[in-house]
Amino acid sequence: MIAAESLSKYYGQRRALDDVSFRIGRGEVVGFLGPNGAGKTTLLKLLSGVSMSHAGDFCIDGYSSRRQPLEVRRRVGFLPDRPPLYDDMRVGAMLRFAAELRGLQGTAVTERVAKVVQQCGLSEVQEDLVRWLSHGYRQRVGIAMAIVHAPALLILDEPINGLDPQQIRQMRELIRTLAQEHTVLLSSHILAEVEHTCDRLLILNRGRLVAQGREANLRQQLRPDGFTLRGQGGVEQAAIVAQSLPGLRDVQVRALDSARFELLACGSLAARSTLVTALVQHNLGVEQLAPRQGGDLEALFLGLTEVPPSTGPGES
Amino acid sequence: MRPTWLICAREFRAYFLTPLGYGLVAALLCLHGLYFNVTLLQGEHSSYEVVQGYFFQSSGFVAAVAVLVTMRAFAEERQTGTAMLLLTAPLPEWQLVLGKFLGAFGFLCVYIALSAYMPLLIMVNGAVTPGHLVAGYVGLLALGAVVTAIGTLTSALSNSQLLAAVLAASIVALLFACWVVAGAVQGVLGEAIAYLDLMLSHYLSFSRGVIKLSTLVYYASLVYLALLAASVALRLRRWGA
Repeated sequence: MIAAESLSKYYGQRRALDDVSFRIGRGEVVGFLGPNGAGKTTLLKLLSGVSMSHAGDFCIDGYSSRRQPLEVRRRVGFLPDRPPLYDDMRVGAMLRFAAELRGLQGTAVTERVAKVVQQCGLSEVQEDLVRWLSHGYRQRVGIAMAIVHAPALLILDEPINGLDPQQIRQMRELIRTLAQEHTVLLSSHILAEVEHTCDRLLILNRGRLVAQGREANLRQQLRPDGFTLRGQGGVEQAAIVAQSLPGLRDVQVRALDSARFELLACGSLAARSTLVTALVQHNLGVEQLAPRQGGDLEALFLGLTEVPPSTGPGES
Repeated sequence: MRPTWLICAREFRAYFLTPLGYGLVAALLCLHGLYFNVTLLQGEHSSYEVVQGYFFQSSGFVAAVAVLVTMRAFAEERQTGTAMLLLTAPLPEWQLVLGKFLGAFGFLCVYIALSAYMPLLIMVNGAVTPGHLVAGYVGLLALGAVVTAIGTLTSALSNSQLLAAVLAASIVALLFACWVVAGAVQGVLGEAIAYLDLMLSHYLSFSRGVIKLSTLVYYASLVYLALLAASVALRLRRWGA
């Protein structure tokens, strides 16, 4: 559905995007992650048609952004971090304006507007002026405008910024509902949100795509030999034993209770076997040894973005 | 063309929804009326002179309205973030530009219509030929279209409304004062520069009641070039956005 090949974008001498390629299938909910300045907004602007890449191309449903930019824009709905709303218009008029601007005519306008009003829960505010709306409703109107022409791809830039917990929950449900009809690309700084909402992640750092895939797979890529060991005995003794062994990296030990500990480390199967033997020799019990599954998205994100890529684009 | 009319209608309505629109019209109509009264209705003048004077001074007021109205066309949309709505729409840039231009020009026409009480006063108290009024208004509308197109261009180029207005005012002032430069340059070049002058070489004949086709062609060319440049500017800005 979306195929991006070698997208690059420069601001002066600075490379904001460097050779970014990815594919997104129909109906996927994909999360864009990256620290500030990673190039997320630049990439979303490219995909929405607001800006053009300096190299590379992307296609949506086979239409090229370079050769058929209007066809591409017809298939994209975009909610920027600040919804593009005219304060002096009423919500219903604003939605009709957005629909007609995107080529809908006649009864199609009325039908689509009625549908998105219902979908986004805007019935109560349909006759209100946009300037009267709360932040949460403004976001909803922004989403309604982005989907009013039934685009194949819906791009949401920080859709839950500034929302209260209840609004976040409602927005999460709305995005999940939208995913039934649209492919959704979601950018957010709130990692828990991405974790809850997205099927797959694209992680950008310094303009480069440093990882893409499902969260569990990314964890595996990041620390393929990570494992967790649970045992009985003192934490300090377990730490001394583990740190004295060659072949183990990133050793962390914490107490589970007064008599049990959990040890996180990376190492080969042989190293793990040596660790188990050493722990037993030091009268420490071993309850469980398993490949690392735990760790939150934050740890994964930091792991992928803290170390700059050695051949990454320079910042000037 | 439907989206063009949609943008035009939105633009036109927006001028009346903000204090800038009706406040600007009210303030400039007031000033225009006062100036007309002080300079043309005092002392002894023939009706022809008063009408000619009215159209001459109206050119300045119309240019001022056009510059102030068009500064918001694209620059304000960028400042408020609503430009995203237009830039993501599946429309070629020229349709956006044309919609903005027509909306602003429509508002300018309202200003011109509201100021029509001045020449009508002369018709009541003096002898004015309808042809003189028609020619004057054709010239005024054509000149207004040129300044509106230039304002649309500078607004497409700039992120700041103030900068857009200053740029537009500078270009229009330059085109109003070409005769000064032309006087200092000899030969064909001097004649060419004199021809570019919006006022003396072109508009003056309309204020005297004469419609010059060559002037209309010149003005239409300027409108076309300015709008084309605005479309190109919007397109090029996508590369830098």
